[in-house]
Amino acid sequence: MAQPTIKEVLLNPIFHNNPIGLQILGICSALAVTSNLKTALVMSVALTLVTGFSNLFISMIRKQIPSSIRMIVQMVIIASLVIVVDQLLKAFAYSLSKQLSVFVGLIITNCIVMGRAEAFAMANPPVVSFFDGIGNGLGYSAMLIVLGIVRELFGAGKLLGYTILPTVNDGGWYQPNGLLLLPPSAFFLIGLIIWALRSWKTEQNEAPDFKMAPQVSNKEAY
Amino acid sequence: MEHYVSLFVKAVFVENMALAFFLGMCTFIAISKKVETAIGLGIAVVVVQTITVPANNLIFTYLLKDGALAWAGLPEVDLSFLGLLSYIGVIAAIVQILEMLLDKYVPALYNALGVFLPLITVNCAIMGGTLFMVERDYNLSESVVYGVGSGFSWALAIALLAGIREKLKYSDVPDGLQGLGITFITIGLMSLGFMSFSGVQL
Repeated sequence: MAQPTIKEVLLNPIFHNNPIGLQILGICSALAVTSNLKTALVMSVALTLVTGFSNLFISMIRKQIPSSIRMIVQMVIIASLVIVVDQLLKAFAYSLSKQLSVFVGLIITNCIVMGRAEAFAMANPPVVSFFDGIGNGLGYSAMLIVLGIVRELFGAGKLLGYTILPTVNDGGWYQPNGLLLLPPSAFFLIGLIIWALRSWKTEQNEAPDFKMAPQVSNKEAY
Repeated sequence: MEHYVSLFVKAVFVENMALAFFLGMCTFIAISKKVETAIGLGIAVVVVQTITVPANNLIFTYLLKDGALAWAGLPEVDLSFLGLLSYIGVIAAIVQILEMLLDKYVPALYNALGVFLPLITVNCAIMGGTLFMVERDYNLSESVVYGVGSGFSWALAIALLAGIREKLKYSDVPDGLQGLGITFITIGLMSLGFMSFSGVQL
């Protein structure tokens, strides 16, 4: 296998191999924290850093880890990094950390971090692994930020708390779509984004389990 | 008693782990193609959740909470920052022990659960249950009820989704939406349905 270059590992995950859109990794937090842009941004930064550094450290000691206990070693490294992030957030942005509630802690079990550690960092040198982590983090962030923008802009008429579309309730003209602030809308949006992404890059399409048989007779049964 | 029943119903329907908090989504989507495997995984989650939430509750109350080490003569020690690390350790350990116990004593169940057991370690629903327990300050008996309820809620959701997906095989889905896309939209609709429970006052 050819050694992947830094540029490849950094840019590929954003469109070609998006962790949320294609690898089905890390969906849990993508849905819960995107009802406004601010939490989505903080979550993206936190996850990108954790993925990058966990990949870096795991890759550094990849030759020393016995494969029978590698899961636990990876877990400990990831958990320690997440504790650092959690404590930083509590110290410098307490109200934000309350809003994110359990989702910062859940970065530990976010499949992107584990998935990349297992799939990439265990087999590649530290620097490339670090950028692979950052790249996947960015792919995740791109999805989160798009969701955050759509949900906050059309759901509340605001971006980062500033009014963009003045809502009817405040004497403006925009009738906000309350559905977008509710959790299920995130599912619809991700579904639609995946649809758009796959229409653009058709090689990502999944083959259907069953093919419809072509119509044999041109007359219907009536 | 009434308090516990309402806590259970709330955990299952109003605060459904998968459909209201979106926890454990990765496995939820990956392993919901068949009803049988979905139910197997669901049962495993219920078992693990029922054990881990109370276990982590004990650890939090007697080791980590602010002033929890008073029984050891260290009343001013606050170890709560070690929480995340210890919870994931406990979860990983319990899953491992459960795997060995089942392998030894109940091989039939062990074979039925198969690969799903180790997967549960990284299921956010388990970790999420523990973190919610800590955040809401449940006591031991409440955390047992919450553990069973939240585990059951996840199992219910994955069984339902697998049922729908089995039927969905026969429908003609647009190319780009095939597979993952349509699954998301299905879950969105299910989650809308479950939102109707959120008005229930107990």
